[in-house]
Amino acid sequence: MNQILKFKLDGVECMGYKDQYITNAAAENGFYIPTLCNIPGVKPRGACRICNVRVNGKLMTACTTPLANGMVIECQTEELKDLRKAIIELMLTEGNHFCPSCEKSGNCELQALAYRFNITVPRFKYQFPERDIEASHPKLIKDHNRCILCKRCIRVIKDEQGRNIFAFGKRGNRITINIDTELANDISDENARMAYEICPVGAILLRENAFREPIGKRKFDHVPIGIEMERFHK
Amino acid sequence: MRNAPIIQDSAMIESPEIMPAKSKLQHEVSTILEHYQHDKTRLMDILIDIQDENGYIPAEAIDYLSHELNISTVDIRQTVSFYHFFSETPRGKYTIYLNDSAVANMNGRKAVSKTFEKEAGISFGSVTEDGLIGLFNTSCIGMNDQEPAALINGAVFTRLTPFRASEIIRDIRAGKQVEEMFVASYGDGNNSSEFIKAVVNNHIMKRGPVLSDQFKPGEGIKEIVKMSPEDVIKEVKISNIRGRGGAGFPTGLKWEFCRNAADQTRYIFCNADEGEPGTFKDRVILTEKPFMLFEGMVIAGYAIGAKEGILYLRYEYKYLKKHLENALQKIRKLKLLGKNILGKKGFNFDIRIQFGAGAYVCGEESALIESAEGKRGEPRDRPPFPVEKGYLEKPTVVNNVETLCSIVKIIKNGGEWYKNLGTKESTGTKVLSISCDCRYPGIYEVEWGFSVNDILDMVGGDDVQAVQVGGPSGSCIAPNEFNRTLCYTDLATGGSLIIIGNHRDLLKGIILNFMDFFIDESCGSCTPCRILTVLLRDKLKKIIEGRGVMQDLEDMEDWGKIMKANRCGLGLTAANPILTTLKNFKNLYLNKIQINKDYDTGFRLDEALREGMKASNRKVSVLENK
Repeated sequence: MNQILKFKLDGVECMGYKDQYITNAAAENGFYIPTLCNIPGVKPRGACRICNVRVNGKLMTACTTPLANGMVIECQTEELKDLRKAIIELMLTEGNHFCPSCEKSGNCELQALAYRFNITVPRFKYQFPERDIEASHPKLIKDHNRCILCKRCIRVIKDEQGRNIFAFGKRGNRITINIDTELANDISDENARMAYEICPVGAILLRENAFREPIGKRKFDHVPIGIEMERFHK
Repeated sequence: MRNAPIIQDSAMIESPEIMPAKSKLQHEVSTILEHYQHDKTRLMDILIDIQDENGYIPAEAIDYLSHELNISTVDIRQTVSFYHFFSETPRGKYTIYLNDSAVANMNGRKAVSKTFEKEAGISFGSVTEDGLIGLFNTSCIGMNDQEPAALINGAVFTRLTPFRASEIIRDIRAGKQVEEMFVASYGDGNNSSEFIKAVVNNHIMKRGPVLSDQFKPGEGIKEIVKMSPEDVIKEVKISNIRGRGGAGFPTGLKWEFCRNAADQTRYIFCNADEGEPGTFKDRVILTEKPFMLFEGMVIAGYAIGAKEGILYLRYEYKYLKKHLENALQKIRKLKLLGKNILGKKGFNFDIRIQFGAGAYVCGEESALIESAEGKRGEPRDRPPFPVEKGYLEKPTVVNNVETLCSIVKIIKNGGEWYKNLGTKESTGTKVLSISCDCRYPGIYEVEWGFSVNDILDMVGGDDVQAVQVGGPSGSCIAPNEFNRTLCYTDLATGGSLIIIGNHRDLLKGIILNFMDFFIDESCGSCTPCRILTVLLRDKLKKIIEGRGVMQDLEDMEDWGKIMKANRCGLGLTAANPILTTLKNFKNLYLNKIQINKDYDTGFRLDEALREGMKASNRKVSVLENK
């Protein structure tokens, strides 16, 4: 059995295990720390930055920081709530996120977070970048308009030899996530589906799959994101 | 295999063992791969060799590498496209990288770049049709005290003028070798030695323990062979030295953490990425004190229990390669490097040089490690820290060039001696790179605790509007703060001081350039660093163009706070050019904004229409008014 650790989250005494990340420990204690790039069970990356919490006063990403005994964590302060909201607004304005025409609407974590944070009008101006849609791959469509560069696909999707099918290109504000043409041609159905499912937005789509799940029956159509973590202790 | 005759022999076609013959390029890449033992983690070296050989990295080479190393092409391109000096298209037989830093611009870069463009007949970012000349911008190349400067096929050209620019293009067209194009005599000190031969000057204006001539190779190592590694760390801790790269972490503590890590394979890196615009002291140390630096690495290796040291050197300083390799050879001969150093059994340590390929963020220690592993230089999440899990997942110490040199003196003269230099909190000396509007720009080694006023007196800086302390990531301070002192508790700096005279346009000439620099150099991983830097720069531009309102200033202040959510030092400080001038030079902003307006979109009808008007040969009143 793993060593049990005590920590405080927004003033509440909590317990978790050694080597557990803060986000997971918080969830087990009934607290939702918003995340976007994080995928439970996969090595975290800390790319989106919305899970920033104050650990003993210092800003740390909850998804990458392992729990330590006696940690005092602040999560729902006004400062941090606004920080998260700002980051989500930045993502919304960076790409072209037009929800009504997006197949992922209702299953989109960015959209769900925007609702949860009551974002109506972002404080930043829309960038309206010119971006491509790659529709040449046999099983996948990559819509760069919607990509938030969370790196989930890069981290998770590998071929049977462990090679990367997705990778970053360039850097800074010119950065993109690219697909390997050769490996995408041979991608397994399972991997293609996984790529579609782990993409938090509608940037990776499965061909011939559009709107299989009707609007109204999608994941966030009736409940806000994160509610499942908060529900049990309330 | 291109253009090869089709083999008609059916027996050969059916036989699967027969591989198609290798092309010339594949042969070349094969040789390179053999040299690096097909090691994926040496991808940077492999790519650099391919780039140097061909002038670019051909798609065929990427395909071949992908096949041989069993990594996908998209993965290789992930590394290739990250670094500024890698290119998938030819960059010209002669590639001119003209520094585009703020200080270069303040010293007349524009006229030089115009001449280059006019004489070559192309604009920056392109290559002549015959493939002869490529013109490209580049971030600070560490020559701030002799700008405008350029790298041409790796050779440094300093103090360029429009006259020199046209001369250079003429020489290129005449088919001269780059070395034949130098006109002035070689620079001072080792710059004129047979292994460097560069028209670069050290400009050492003030020497201290690090830059002093009183250094004999082996003076530090002779001491440590008598000491235990723990005692070496103890001595360093007594000296209270902190990292000289800018972050200022106590060196002894870093070493101790690494020494105490469970894994027995450990590494010591010397960070010679020196990318902070305005910093050039490591270049001078590498030129003049390579023995001392390598000795510092040996001492660090001994202390932490590492067998291998790696000097991570920025690509801009490739002209120092032969010089540094020669120095390594020399100290190997002196038994100060290699097996059983100075006869001490089991004291084995060697050093290799790892080049970067143009990325400021690789000066951040975990990004540097990623880069050395052949990946894009994306800073890692912490914890774990490099001292626990660094290079190849092994405990790793990354120290700055100057830190490692100071260590040699600490070991030779004792931690107590060192502690008496500088101030109580900031012990020892600091090598400063001072440039721009002063009479004697160059390198000054001073004890910590000098005030900015003292510095200005020393370098002959009067009529000063501002001093940029610590490069763009540091702060821009006004005369009312010139009594502040250089030390870790007040004005901490990695060593760059840019002195900005009263005649300069601070916002347009310097701060805007700094913001563009961060936008170019961000790795793009963290959301705020990737996006907000651009939005803040756009706001600044709007204000400079006279379209700003009070709300823009408030927005910039508020938005600047979001940058604290970023992971690394670049992201955390990338808004500093704006935030520190907004604090210290508020009037400059207030003078630019429209006071009678609450709101302005920043949209300019004339600008938006300009292209269309030009194309249709029409004139509209809004355009004429401008």
